[in-house]
Amino acid sequence: MNSKTESRAPVSQQALRVQQPFDSSQIGAMVTIEINEKKMQVPLGTTILEACAQNQVQIPTLCHHKDLCTAGVCRICVVEVDSMKTLQAACAFPITQQIKIKTSTEKVRKARRHIIDLLLSEHYGECYTCVRNKNCELRSLASEYGVDGFTFGHPEKRKHDIDKSSFSVMRDMDKCVLCRRCVRTCIDLQEVGVLEAVGRGDQTHITTFMGKPLSEVICINCGQCVNRCPTGALYTNDPSDDIWRAIDDKKKHVVIQTAPSPRAAICEEFGMAAGTSLTGELNTALRRIGFDRVFDTNFAADLTIMEEGTELLNRLKSVVVDKDTSVKLPQFTSCSPGWVKFIEHFYPEYLDHLSTAKSPQQMFGAVTKTFYAQEYNINPEDIVTVAVMPCSAKKFECNRPEMDSSGFKDVDYGLTTRELAKMIKEGGIFLPEMPKSGFDDPFGEASGAGLIFGATGGVMEAALRTAYELVTGREVPFEKLRIEACRGFEGIKQASVKLKNCVPDYTFLEGVDLKFIVAHGTANARQVMEMLKAGELNDVHFIEIMACPGGCLGGGGQPIPTSPEIRKKRAEAIYAEDESMTIRKSHENPRIKYIYEKFLTDGPCGHKSHKLLHTHYTKRGNFIV
Amino acid sequence: MLIYERNSLVDEIVDLTVEYGKERSALLPILQTLQLRHKCISDFAQQEVARQLSIHPVEVYSVISFYTFLHPESQGRNIVRLCQTISCDLAGKCYLVKAIERELGIKFGQTTKDKRIKLEFTNCLGMCDQGPAMVINERVFTKVTPERAVAILNEVK
Repeated sequence: MNSKTESRAPVSQQALRVQQPFDSSQIGAMVTIEINEKKMQVPLGTTILEACAQNQVQIPTLCHHKDLCTAGVCRICVVEVDSMKTLQAACAFPITQQIKIKTSTEKVRKARRHIIDLLLSEHYGECYTCVRNKNCELRSLASEYGVDGFTFGHPEKRKHDIDKSSFSVMRDMDKCVLCRRCVRTCIDLQEVGVLEAVGRGDQTHITTFMGKPLSEVICINCGQCVNRCPTGALYTNDPSDDIWRAIDDKKKHVVIQTAPSPRAAICEEFGMAAGTSLTGELNTALRRIGFDRVFDTNFAADLTIMEEGTELLNRLKSVVVDKDTSVKLPQFTSCSPGWVKFIEHFYPEYLDHLSTAKSPQQMFGAVTKTFYAQEYNINPEDIVTVAVMPCSAKKFECNRPEMDSSGFKDVDYGLTTRELAKMIKEGGIFLPEMPKSGFDDPFGEASGAGLIFGATGGVMEAALRTAYELVTGREVPFEKLRIEACRGFEGIKQASVKLKNCVPDYTFLEGVDLKFIVAHGTANARQVMEMLKAGELNDVHFIEIMACPGGCLGGGGQPIPTSPEIRKKRAEAIYAEDESMTIRKSHENPRIKYIYEKFLTDGPCGHKSHKLLHTHYTKRGNFIV
Repeated sequence: MLIYERNSLVDEIVDLTVEYGKERSALLPILQTLQLRHKCISDFAQQEVARQLSIHPVEVYSVISFYTFLHPESQGRNIVRLCQTISCDLAGKCYLVKAIERELGIKFGQTTKDKRIKLEFTNCLGMCDQGPAMVINERVFTKVTPERAVAILNEVK
């Protein structure tokens, strides 16, 4: 980099230049810097924020997020750097030379307080009526930096209406601080592209295409923006008041199903560190709140594995034996409603690849209002099914018009982990102190295979445990049934299992290398779809895709904040719980055997299960009318 | 929008991508050309541009909302922009404003009923030595007097 040294401009007008020109041979080298007069060495290219974090110096951030790219828009992380005239944003300043940084001089503190004051002057709303009251990043910054009044005023009137059009995600743009985390989430992390900053200067606001309501654009309801919003500008549609009403109604029989991910994460809402499963405690708490039955979604996950696994084997048979060209492979999983809506919008021509099996939540609802009602002699009209999910898209899913195969709305309410934690607190219960208890019959028993649905790769692992055994009659050849190829947070994982010595029914699969792909996050899903389009995946048989980074445990309804480390902890909790189970394969679950003997008598993918447990999809396309 | 109108718009955008390329940087020249030809960039055109350049429609909308010379809806057949910055102000902008508003019967910021002219203020045009300055569509008029302004406006179709 050649810098022009001779400039006719006065010194104050000259562009600031790096004094020691950046030398690319130094990449990977260490630089000695000084933070608050303490010397330390950091690798070349580290940002000031990272350097400070490594050395126990706290710097406040608002627009910075570990999952997202650097933006440097909120300026709350400003620090003083010698040789720099102005304050520099720590999150967007890579260290390339020996510099001296001061992080809490008077100038810095004053600037930060001014920035918070300015943000508050545009931030409409009262904290005590806000969903994010207790973990709002703006609020905690204001208290940490001693903001004791509205120096630049405080808005008294609403500028925007709350967008309540979506079943899942609500937008209150008056609380927005324009940090653009949602924009980066939507465009970079998930590659859906619903939200973007529109307008210029003080007119800037975050909105959708042409300012349309969220329900009319191509939002997949994944709720990742909600998880990353620092304030209460984005939140999920909370049905807890309706649920309380149903609980209070003596005529109604309220059943609740809990998914594996909320149990591994709800502890965070009660101030515990991530990575503790509170399954037993949660069951007791739910009964004390007033739910009539507490069921395990994992039972339905096992059911999903039976249906989806059988569907895969049927598809394989049609392709290999019958040479049927109308049957499509690879088969995609359909457990993630965000992913389902994603493929409906962006790749509608590939909907035939999507498994027709419903997601565990919907299967559960359908079975509850038919089999359970019949078995226990309850009028299905009086049953209210609530699903605790880590997911905001599940709220949309249970409101899909086609989800009424039981004759009623299969699942009445989708509740997120955060909202459930709120209900538990409202019920006067401190969850970690609850005694442990089990699930209720008849859907109380589940396998570890259903449990690991919560982590990315879990559905694949569970399906392989069952499918391999169905085909060969032997257990999957992995130590402690850990299929490591499915685990971990790599974006796209590809592996294969060789099928040998098959049982007589499946001899057509002898010697077949069962290839599978696991992807999480819709950005990776898009990559997989593009590979499929280019014809690179013709020999792959099964693809699992979860819309959220990390799978369900990183879902849009999970406790805030989220980061790669937190998601890793949650995954560890789920896998540990799996290994503690006695039944670890879906087809060995006695309740699954029972339901196929008693109710779904024509077996997996039979006529009755097709009616109740399978669905169809809509070609939505991505044209916004 | 009728189907054949849509198809011709798609063809037009495809031709523009041939001319300007399919990089993100081709977005602005394409939008400018569309604005010039159609007086607006409709939501259909925005989505088609996004599809051709493999970006999200909302990003195209964001760019359009950033620039005052790009519009998602038609503002009028001709846009008259009068410089409101200080040198033009000193050179007698206020007389021009009065004359133009009286002539057209609308205020600045409004469009005539027949959609012929939209009046707007703009910031400095860089014609400070020749003020007051006015831009009609793409053409600059300098040292405009009230009489000349009325004459020019009457010639605008």
